[in-house]
Amino acid sequence: MLLVKTRLLIDIMTVDKKMLKELYTRTLKVRRFEEKVWDLFGENIVPGTLHLYLGQEAVAAGVTTALKETDWIQSTHRGHGHVIAKGADMNAALAELLGKASGSCKGKGGSMHITQFDVGVLGATGVVASGLPIAVGAALSCQMRGTDDVVACFFGDGASNNGTFGESLNMSAIWKLPLIWVVENNLYAMGTPIKMMCPSVTIAQRADGYCIPNVVVDGNNALAVYEATVEAVKRAREGGGPTLIECQTYRMKGHSRFDAAKYRPEKEANYWLSEERDAVRIIRELAIQQGALTEKEAGRIDAKISKDVEKAAVFAKRSEYPKPEEALDDVFMEVL
Amino acid sequence: MPEMTYRDALRAGLREEMLRDDRVFIMGEDVGLNWGGAFKVTKGLAEEFGEARVRDTPISENTIAGAAVGAAITGLIPVAEIMFGDLIALAMDQVCNQAAKMRYMFGGQTSVPLVLRSVFGGGKNIASHHSQSLEAWFMHTPGLKIAVPAFAYDVKGLIKTAIRDPDPVMFFEHKLVYDRKEEVPDEDYTIPFGQAKVRREGSDVTVWGTFFMLHKALEVADELEKEGISVEVIDPRTLAPLDTRTLIESVKKTGRLVLVTEETKTGATTAEVAASIQEEAFDWLDAPIKRVNAPDTPVPFSPPLEDYFIPDNKRIAQAIRDIM
Repeated sequence: MLLVKTRLLIDIMTVDKKMLKELYTRTLKVRRFEEKVWDLFGENIVPGTLHLYLGQEAVAAGVTTALKETDWIQSTHRGHGHVIAKGADMNAALAELLGKASGSCKGKGGSMHITQFDVGVLGATGVVASGLPIAVGAALSCQMRGTDDVVACFFGDGASNNGTFGESLNMSAIWKLPLIWVVENNLYAMGTPIKMMCPSVTIAQRADGYCIPNVVVDGNNALAVYEATVEAVKRAREGGGPTLIECQTYRMKGHSRFDAAKYRPEKEANYWLSEERDAVRIIRELAIQQGALTEKEAGRIDAKISKDVEKAAVFAKRSEYPKPEEALDDVFMEVL
Repeated sequence: MPEMTYRDALRAGLREEMLRDDRVFIMGEDVGLNWGGAFKVTKGLAEEFGEARVRDTPISENTIAGAAVGAAITGLIPVAEIMFGDLIALAMDQVCNQAAKMRYMFGGQTSVPLVLRSVFGGGKNIASHHSQSLEAWFMHTPGLKIAVPAFAYDVKGLIKTAIRDPDPVMFFEHKLVYDRKEEVPDEDYTIPFGQAKVRREGSDVTVWGTFFMLHKALEVADELEKEGISVEVIDPRTLAPLDTRTLIESVKKTGRLVLVTEETKTGATTAEVAASIQEEAFDWLDAPIKRVNAPDTPVPFSPPLEDYFIPDNKRIAQAIRDIM
């Protein structure tokens, strides 16, 4: 039920075993983090709303594993997974979701603005499609400062219908910016199916109009995402300009806090939410098949991640809320 | 000291900052080689600094502003130009939701040291989409600094301050002041934000205004001097931060205040200033605060219509006489 048939681009045997293990670790870390967020939400201690990344873990894991530390990512309103995969401190991330002073944004941002600048996250934004222009500027900066850093910009299928999509793809192409446009096509913009709102079969083909090389991959397969990103990063670092990667994937939960996603046809949901399509299972089996991981090792990694996530939850819960008057801080660099 | 137009003084400020700091670059529609900016502010800079640092862009206002944000948070200092202030409407998300809020919503993790230049004001018969004065939109957005230079000396000093400021600065110019000449020093100087300037001292009434209205207010002040009315004229120079202290000191002296801008009246910067002054200096006021603004309509095209729309010397003088 993928919109188009996808394939692995390069021979799996050429993939470094370490990378397969890393892909498994990152995919799982995002999964366990988001499961914990879901639990905390159940405890009713997460203020506001949530857009969970559950189901889409392979996209963040695959893209960020192909990047180096100094590369940047631009996140979205569904950003927890991006930030965690890029290496964010889980304590500060969970504390932020709980609105605590020890949060990465000191409790000023929450779920939709979860950001850790020091690990290369430009920001998570609550306005759909508003990250694309920022990614253009960051990539322009990488280019003008003469670095070989690249920017990966995540956005959803819904964002590809916003004006910034055209403006930003165009600008990235005319200036050959070191940019990787990562469309996370989870088939729905809130409750609206992409097939109702997009005339083409894929979103990727829209990039043809801007002369941007593009590819569709299975967004539940971290290796497929990784491979496509490696190729895109290579092109970007060599001055070859941007690439668009459409990752076809699916939300395990609804759009936001109280959405049960009843609008999704049963057959479709059953397919995407099956064991066979599970992002963690897919990469674990690939890694084990290729000898990059044993069952035992996989279990050990899981135990370690689960322990770290649990610790982060304890840290977040025990952290203090900000003092009310801190609402006045950080508008400007200096107090006016 | 050499005489220089506002336009040349602004260009000199931009040029000196580009020479001083490699991180500074200019981007916008037609700012480069072929045109040098719709109002010729950046003319010659692309020749001197190259097309990478004086960068022509597609007609994509939201992405121009957003790219400035992205560049600013990753080590550059962009000076983005939006050709007409009216067109910032297309970039409001990046200006108001991103640039203005990033530092705050990310808990101080990053600064956004960008400058966004644009131009307001009527008087050129170019109608509703190229003549508005929309500075109040940005005054209503926490996280933005706003410079409103009306004089050549100020525009050079303020653009330098704007470029060196760690926070996003909206730098607004006015179409009718580009050709005004004034003595402008060749050397490096900055003008601090949040410091109003008393343009003319007087004792009977204070007039506060911005852009071209300041120049009109100064003419009116000269006329009224002959009638025995002594007018003090105050130029805020920046709207955020807003120097109310200088204004309050003046009102304590004169007891009367007239606010003059080219904005449409409802929700204008003058409304905010009037509210602040009555809160903080009510006891010193001997008369109601008077506002002189454009009517609440779009900016019309035909010369007699536009002339009626934009406040003139007569209306400013009348407002002053009304509260004497």
